[in-house]
Amino acid sequence: MNTYRNGSRFVLAALAAAVLAACANTSDTPEAAKAATAETTLADSFQPQGQAGMDRLQQNAMQKICSDYEGKPVPDDLAKQIIDTATAAVRFPKDGKYFGDWKNGEKIAKTGTGLQSNDDPAVPNGGNCYACHQMAAEELAYGTLGLSLAQYGKLRGNSEPIVLYTWTRLWNAHAYNPCSHMPRFGDAGILAEQQLKDVMAYLFDPTSPVNLPAPAP
Amino acid sequence: MKLHASFGIGLALLLGVAHGAAVAEEENPFAEYRAMFGDDNPAELVEMQGEELWNAPGGPKQATLAGCDFGLGAGVIAGAYAQLPRYFADTGKVMDLETRLLHCMETLQGMDVSALRAKPYSDQGQPQTALESLSAYIAAQSRGLPVAVPQTHPMELQSFADGAKFFNLRVGPHDFSCATCHSQNGKRIRLQALPQLNTVEGARTSFGTWPAYRIAQGAVRTIEWRMADCARQQRLPGLVHGSKVAIDLITYLGVQANGAEMTAPGLKR
Repeated sequence: MNTYRNGSRFVLAALAAAVLAACANTSDTPEAAKAATAETTLADSFQPQGQAGMDRLQQNAMQKICSDYEGKPVPDDLAKQIIDTATAAVRFPKDGKYFGDWKNGEKIAKTGTGLQSNDDPAVPNGGNCYACHQMAAEELAYGTLGLSLAQYGKLRGNSEPIVLYTWTRLWNAHAYNPCSHMPRFGDAGILAEQQLKDVMAYLFDPTSPVNLPAPAP
Repeated sequence: MKLHASFGIGLALLLGVAHGAAVAEEENPFAEYRAMFGDDNPAELVEMQGEELWNAPGGPKQATLAGCDFGLGAGVIAGAYAQLPRYFADTGKVMDLETRLLHCMETLQGMDVSALRAKPYSDQGQPQTALESLSAYIAAQSRGLPVAVPQTHPMELQSFADGAKFFNLRVGPHDFSCATCHSQNGKRIRLQALPQLNTVEGARTSFGTWPAYRIAQGAVRTIEWRMADCARQQRLPGLVHGSKVAIDLITYLGVQANGAEMTAPGLKR
């Protein structure tokens, strides 16, 4: 009985797949036709430039969902899908060391270049944290798209949960905040593991300018 | 001469602002610097170059561009830029000022515009391209008029809808869309204020200011340049000049800005 039921299910599934494939191939459905037109438009509207190839126009599952729900709440099931995928792919340092050199971290936080078509691929990418976040009190040229990270380590301490949380957040912010606007610095390979450790030190080290008190007015 | 003198003073002020306590006035540290220019907008020189090009016979046909139709009739440039992009029956496409200019150079003057199309913008410190000068001149003929980008032909409606969709498209290694930086009010990157371009208010403050003289670049830059340079910062491949994505985005911004005053060519940091 079980075998029979599984068998008929298999046939149904195969049929459904065949129908779907037929639709996708011939662009019979309005949805498929629309998607095909959108892809052609993108391919015709861009050209490879420097290190930026056409492969960058291929969306992953998260990018697709987050494009559809920009400025709107993401449905629970899709949000869970994004969180689960992000969480499963986080890579923690094998040596168990989370903190590098905060001085390098500062440089990374202040550097806005990397992965643009006119950037030299031989030069390490920046993290450009200051484009969106307030960090050290002494740096006044900070952006406001992200939350303030001033006094980051001083306010939060350096317990294991907050360290792991911060590493994960840098690696892929979608693990906590599906459709976050923050780049996936680890997951997308924007920053190398050592660079992430340096940024971690810049956030947590008590001697880092991030954690120094603001100068008296 | 007057122009160069005020530019020098302006530059000194800019450096002062960047390093001094004046950054406290963080909303727009360049406002005062811009004010130093007073009525001197270097874009006016480029407009004059564009006017010369407009009236000069050119190309194998040794024809002027005077017969170019920007949507209001052959040779009518007064108010034409405020109503672009729009649908053109002769090409069956929605076109913006820059693609229409290239089209006219091709059809009226018989020019080979492939080189200009591939490299539409001047390098820093180099003379402006014909496309940049002509854009500045024609845009200036809409100064003071309300933006009125049409939404009557189905393809104009489609262009707006596709532009809105692309605005939210997250792609590339940084997952950036236009909305990443331009969908919130009162935000900035570093010290640069970001217009909220998915709202009427935000689009209205921005659309009518392009083309603009970019002080940092020492050149007039067009709205297609603005789109392409955003794509570069989005970590995308090169946005093709006159492409559907470029024109759809400009339609999307322009339609939202309808009613705002055209002030281009403006002056920017």
